Amino acid sequence: MADTKPVQFTDAAMALVQKIIKRYPEGRQKSALLPVLHIAQAEFGGWLSTETMDYVAGILNIKPIEVYEVASFYTMYNLQPVGKCVLEVCRTGPCWLRGSDDIIQYLEQKLGIKEGETTADGMFTLKTVECLASCGSAPMMQVGNHYIENLSVEKMDEVLNKLKETHNVPSPDYGSPYPVTPGK
Amino acid sequence: MGRKLLLKDIDVPGIRSFEVYRKQGGYASVEKALKTMTPDAVMEEVKKSGLRGRGGAGFPTGMKWSFLDRKSDKPRYLICNADESEPGTFKDRYLMEYIPHALIEGMIVSSYALGAKASYIYMRGEFRWIFPILEKAIEEARAAGFIGKNILGTDYSLEVYVHSGAGAYICGEETAQIESLEGKRGNPRNKPPFPAVVGLYNCPTVVNNVESIAAVPPIINIGGDEYAKIGVGKSTGTKLISASGHINKPGVYEIELGLPVEEFLYSDEYCGGIWKGRKLKAVIPGGSSVPILPGDLFLKNAKGEPRVMSYESLADGGFASGSMLGSGGFIVMDETACIVRNLWTFARFYHHESCGQCSPCREGTGWMEKVLHRIETGHGKMSDIDLLVDVAKKIEGNTICPLGDAAAWPVASAIRHFREEFEYHIKYPEKVKDPKHFEKEPFVSERNAVVAA
Amino acid sequence: MIKVTIDGIVTEVPEGTTILQAARQIGGEIVPPAMCYYSTLKNSGGKCRACLVKVAAGSAKDPRPMPKLVPSCITMAQDGMVVENITNPSVLETRKGVVEFLLLNHPLDCPICDQAGECDLQNFAYEHGMSKTRYEEERRTFEPIDIGDKIKLHMNRCILCYRCTYVADQLTDNRVHGVLNRGDHAEISTYIEKAIDNDYSGNMIDVCPVGALTDKTFRFKSRVWFTKPLDAHRDCPKCSGKVVLWTKGEDVLRVTARKDQYGEVKEFICNECRYDHKDMKHWVVEGPRHIDRGSVIAQNHYEKIDLLKLKQDVERQLKFQAGKQLDANNTLSA
Repeated sequence: MADTKPVQFTDAAMALVQKIIKRYPEGRQKSALLPVLHIAQAEFGGWLSTETMDYVAGILNIKPIEVYEVASFYTMYNLQPVGKCVLEVCRTGPCWLRGSDDIIQYLEQKLGIKEGETTADGMFTLKTVECLASCGSAPMMQVGNHYIENLSVEKMDEVLNKLKETHNVPSPDYGSPYPVTPGK
Repeated sequence: MGRKLLLKDIDVPGIRSFEVYRKQGGYASVEKALKTMTPDAVMEEVKKSGLRGRGGAGFPTGMKWSFLDRKSDKPRYLICNADESEPGTFKDRYLMEYIPHALIEGMIVSSYALGAKASYIYMRGEFRWIFPILEKAIEEARAAGFIGKNILGTDYSLEVYVHSGAGAYICGEETAQIESLEGKRGNPRNKPPFPAVVGLYNCPTVVNNVESIAAVPPIINIGGDEYAKIGVGKSTGTKLISASGHINKPGVYEIELGLPVEEFLYSDEYCGGIWKGRKLKAVIPGGSSVPILPGDLFLKNAKGEPRVMSYESLADGGFASGSMLGSGGFIVMDETACIVRNLWTFARFYHHESCGQCSPCREGTGWMEKVLHRIETGHGKMSDIDLLVDVAKKIEGNTICPLGDAAAWPVASAIRHFREEFEYHIKYPEKVKDPKHFEKEPFVSERNAVVAA
Repeated sequence: MIKVTIDGIVTEVPEGTTILQAARQIGGEIVPPAMCYYSTLKNSGGKCRACLVKVAAGSAKDPRPMPKLVPSCITMAQDGMVVENITNPSVLETRKGVVEFLLLNHPLDCPICDQAGECDLQNFAYEHGMSKTRYEEERRTFEPIDIGDKIKLHMNRCILCYRCTYVADQLTDNRVHGVLNRGDHAEISTYIEKAIDNDYSGNMIDVCPVGALTDKTFRFKSRVWFTKPLDAHRDCPKCSGKVVLWTKGEDVLRVTARKDQYGEVKEFICNECRYDHKDMKHWVVEGPRHIDRGSVIAQNHYEKIDLLKLKQDVERQLKFQAGKQLDANNTLSA
């Protein structure tokens, strides 16, 4: 599993959070909840622990339950720890038409896990997701900030090896719409 | 080659940057609108253009704008719906990723017409890498004086922000999107009141699709009347079509509305025909929510007239023999595709995406998915088919938001046109055990003969 | 005042009245059922779709019919509006569907549920349901949990009306529970184990239309129809002190707020009144409580029930759940 850092934003992350809060009218700081949760997830090991969510509630001055309600509604927030590299394979109609079932089956076999599980070494988490708006380059999967498109079973070994190289580091990049370090 | 308005410069190197975009004539509509037109005049041009909402519903954009409560002294908001999540649709992503300034320019002119001082682009969170692209575009526009205080020296000031969703199809529904933007669960609101009166932060709000907003600058540049000349009848202008499935050239295409469907499907300029030399079985012309059509009914309507890519022509025949242009998510299936399995993936999608607020959708979507899964895996009963029809009927029209309809229509239409294929799954369970059953031996129905390529 | 016609009956109501409230003013059979709406809880309603009605004419000014059925609980009546409820077959058919949807994931455990006899879903199914469920799939299941030392949560039975969350938002100062997850995975929860501890939290039990939230101090003490409800009051510094005592002989088994004929509490009570005064001597008894309207107990459906037999009879449970097929000569409505 990923390292758990203390639940405290770095100065750079906090500055970004404060900048985002200012995008919404005075008293509407709750609007920043989704963006701030994205930042928190990326900063604190790729998932949202109760401590992380309570911390975000404190920053936005809302009740913890308001954070739990929201975090559990949206699929991008992981409420359980994940591997260093999260594979999110699309399986909706247009991807299925072009072979997403084969990709999922191959990954399950290759990694020895079922969808929703994480490999024993904590490297890969395999998830199936619904349409990611990449139907014209199906089948595809999302890994952090990237869409890996036009997949084929033949290409998967190479893809996995590359991902292992880039993600097998102490603090892997889980991606965020709001990168704390721009250009990362 | 049809006329291109949105993607005409897509191949110009560096078009993502302000400098190149400006050199190609970008932001001219902002200058024209802010310096020479009143907000009402801008709205008038959009009305005249006949532009219809490109997110799927096809409601006239100018009319939607005119509903905005202008008597209220509260701030007004424009939200750009960039939550593109309808299966089969990926045009907004393409536009934002490659020509971000086309959207930003549209945001400025549209916000001016509506009198919005702060506007938000609500983008689905999965497009993580596009956020920095849009934010950079906003900063470039600001540096050039197109965003911020007193734009181009006028009285008009505007801020544009990008806001991220976090994985919820339902947030593409405008009231759910507003809830989400307020930091809440994406539960749609009951209407009335409509967002035009009580929207974001209880203020008058307009929510428009990315493509609709990006179509505003060309309308202002060439004039609403000129724009209305493109296209056919009430389907004016150009439309981005996301083509996917069993075709040779999947991708995003800008077409003039009125293009013959046969040309779109088979010509090398567009989809390039069915892949692997196979035959056409079915088409879903407007995203997963719209009714599926067998190949023959897609190419020609029930009267035998060739269809064209327009709101009216694709809808010809109503739900009995027609479909909808929807969001332009064009999904093609060849003879080896299993209609039941494809439908099951859609049912699973709607089940997964139901917010769970109102009972017909919360319970009905899961029920349909389970019954379809049973049929597809060879465990169905004949009575399951009518059960599905009845459940779909009990969901349709009875939910808070259109997700219920979106879940019901594909089920109803697939059974309407491909009932025999459902029956086959029930009669021959051992033949459908292999998930790739029709890839090995295509299903042939007398009633729905496949169309020769 | 505006004039509204509901199922052919004309009534006059002030502007800003909902169709449902106008129907309640007329009363009787034409009142649409409400499973999520609660007049004393702001923002409630619109979710369960049980109260959908047909608007055959929008108003005198614009007499066009509304294209879809509308939720009567949150749709404002207009002058000259014509509404069809029980006179419209498609409304009844849709309502039958809503019953079926609400029961899909609802366990058939009425015989062991404390809410039986005063359950809105039971009444709703009895009045509007079908004889048989067509659902063959597995139901979602949750383990019952304690939320606080006085309230039991049976999430299996919850129909997600959201009423309890409104109670927590509107009557207490710190909501610690809410609706988590989404779709048919949505559940009422505190997320982490947290006791709901607040002076007015007990009202969540009263507003729950089903047996999802029940009073732990009353659990399995008695079938509600074997108790005698009495109106009573006491001087309470926190609330109105107006309650119903559910008694057996001299014993007070349960204390609840007073519900009107539509099952709604107009004056919420504090937890002290609810839990800490289960002694007849603490109360001024006003007299027997009349339980109104379609309540199954009020109609004496349960008076001659042989509970043991009922528990053993699975077949009858199925019928019981859907209601209408109950054999008039056989136990319940005899």
